[in-house]
Amino acid sequence: MKTIDAFKLNEEELKQEIRNNQDIEVDNCLGQRYLGCALKEGNIKLVGTPGNGLAAYLDGASIYVKGNAQDAVADTMNGGLVAIEGNAGDALSYAMRGGKVYILGNAGYRAGVHMKAYKEKRSLLIIGGCTGSFLGEYLAGGTIIVLGLNCKPGMKLTGYFCANGMYAGKIYLRTDEKPVNLSDKLEFHKLDRDEKEEELRPLLEEYARIFHLNLEEILASDFSVIEADPQKSYKQIYAAV
Amino acid sequence: MNMIASRYRINIRKDECVLCKRCVRECSFGAINFNSEKNTITLTHSKCVDCQRCAALCPREAIFITRNQNTYANNHLYTANTLNEIYRQSATGGVLLSSMGSGIGSVHIYFDHLLLNASQVTNPSIDPLREPMETITFLGRRPRHIERGKDGKLVDNLPPHIELSTPILFSAMSYGAISLNVHKALAKAALRLGTYYNCGEGGLHESLYEYATNTIVQVASGRFGVHERYLNSAAAIEIKIGQGAKPGIGGHLTGTKIIGDVSATRMVPEGIDAISPAPHHDIYSIEDLRQLVLSLKEATSYTKPVIVKVAAVHNIAPIASGIARSGADIIAIDGFRGGTGAAPMRIRDNVGLPIELAIAAVDQRLREEKIRNEISIIAGGGIRNSTDVVKAIALGADAVAIGSAALCALGCHICASCHTGNCAWGIATQRPELTNRLDPEEGADSLVNLVSAWTREIKEIMGGMGINSIEALRGNRLALRAVGLHEKELEILGVKYGGE
Repeated sequence: MKTIDAFKLNEEELKQEIRNNQDIEVDNCLGQRYLGCALKEGNIKLVGTPGNGLAAYLDGASIYVKGNAQDAVADTMNGGLVAIEGNAGDALSYAMRGGKVYILGNAGYRAGVHMKAYKEKRSLLIIGGCTGSFLGEYLAGGTIIVLGLNCKPGMKLTGYFCANGMYAGKIYLRTDEKPVNLSDKLEFHKLDRDEKEEELRPLLEEYARIFHLNLEEILASDFSVIEADPQKSYKQIYAAV
Repeated sequence: MNMIASRYRINIRKDECVLCKRCVRECSFGAINFNSEKNTITLTHSKCVDCQRCAALCPREAIFITRNQNTYANNHLYTANTLNEIYRQSATGGVLLSSMGSGIGSVHIYFDHLLLNASQVTNPSIDPLREPMETITFLGRRPRHIERGKDGKLVDNLPPHIELSTPILFSAMSYGAISLNVHKALAKAALRLGTYYNCGEGGLHESLYEYATNTIVQVASGRFGVHERYLNSAAAIEIKIGQGAKPGIGGHLTGTKIIGDVSATRMVPEGIDAISPAPHHDIYSIEDLRQLVLSLKEATSYTKPVIVKVAAVHNIAPIASGIARSGADIIAIDGFRGGTGAAPMRIRDNVGLPIELAIAAVDQRLREEKIRNEISIIAGGGIRNSTDVVKAIALGADAVAIGSAALCALGCHICASCHTGNCAWGIATQRPELTNRLDPEEGADSLVNLVSAWTREIKEIMGGMGINSIEALRGNRLALRAVGLHEKELEILGVKYGGE
């Protein structure tokens, strides 16, 4: 694996290096935007804090960040893997269609808005800590899991307007507490042992392995799931002229 | 009791009709049926939308549609339409839904109040048949400085741009709103004409990738069918913020229309609704927009211009200024009269600005800020003919986009029933028996004819003015004089009154 120092390159040279090398480690990342944009292959390790728009349109490559990420990570991502050993900013995984995004720490506002799934593409977003408001709004498919690990005491897993407008997909929360002002168009129920084993365990295995977490300990807690209630859609009533 | 009187009457001249039943087969709205017991044609006037399909295909020209002569009490305030809307809403509780662009008469069509200039004595006019006349148009950012290399030769520092043989493109219309055959006709025509069509926000059908050189792909809030190959296949990428028919309103393609290829092209499962949120939830500011513009450029290695499409709204001038500073290369402004496959009628008829005012305001503002060369302007929303094109360019646009007019070339009669999905002309429908009515090759021929005819007329008009290139027409408001407008309108349009 080639190792380069981001301090010694300008942004264009840095992006060029990442595009041209399948396996690369970049040290001293500091706010450089759009790293890994639309990449189809390769294993990229970023040390430091990459800037906004990390892994936008990612199409198959794997990106590991040893540090925090900023806003708009994995925007419209189509495939691949993003793992962030830290926190992520706002608008994480907007309209993501495929691949996996793993965050060890917290995520900001508007995480997982309008994520989707199509055929073999099943977007998966796992957030180890807590999230801000508007998590999973307009969810159209795929899966979001929020674990609430290492959150400050009293902090809730999700903020206001969690899953508003959601119409497909699933959101799992490691709590039995219903999010505040959850829309009455959504179903919320606690997972039983079988559901945890069959649905959650396979989704969390890789996440736990990558971040060296004890999966059994995580799964020992209570989990709940939010799903759209098909009986209560957001249908506007129209009168065709 | 049905309080709503039928809008139209279907009339069949009995003495001309040969009972061939062509009209029965052609009517996709269920207004014309055949009663085999009585061997007669039965009419349900209330279902007629006046799409003219039956009249156009009757071999004996025996059919004509009229307005229902039954009249409500004459009242300027409570017109028949106003009353029908109240009856409809009191019966259903629903939001009024319609389609196409706003055709209401109370908002000026400013194009019709603008007259063009011509040369007489003091400067020579030009005969475009015998003398060169340039309609090639380049859209994209212009470099700020001319650069020369050490050898003194010009350095090509031109940012990515698109080249149009004529300043007319086809507007964004999505697969789902219109049929695949319409997309094919538009793509073939764009290729033959040397211009571009825009696939809209529903993704790009696999069979259309071969027309990539003449395709503009759209990235809307739903991001349907957006992926690396989609972006890199196109000539340019358009970020759709809004459209003239429904500014501020998202989109909703119902699950019943997400079947087969529509599902595959949008990359959403069959039967599940496709929601385009009202805003992009990753764009809440010009700074955020800049991020999307640049990430799209990054994904396409800075080889393609990025267009930002917005509806013409009250603050369009500062919005355009922001877009010019976002890194976008082209701004597409869609006016009040822009078409749509479905929109709440109140929004369509009451929100936004006529494109003429928007072009003038934006061009003026960008000039004042000395950034007009940083961005090109595509104007759309109610461009009906070649003089609308010339007037739009003279007001400050670089090129125009046509949607409704292009659909008219394919048979559309503006019956505004797209939202029903029953389009008898096979345009705004996914019903196979209807989409088969439109042959993509024949459609492309009609589109090529239309745009070629307009281009000939544009050349003739420019020649008359003594102008020999579109470049010289752009923003040339001295080529326009107004009639029937008041002073404030003249000020905003930047146009003198006739005789001044």
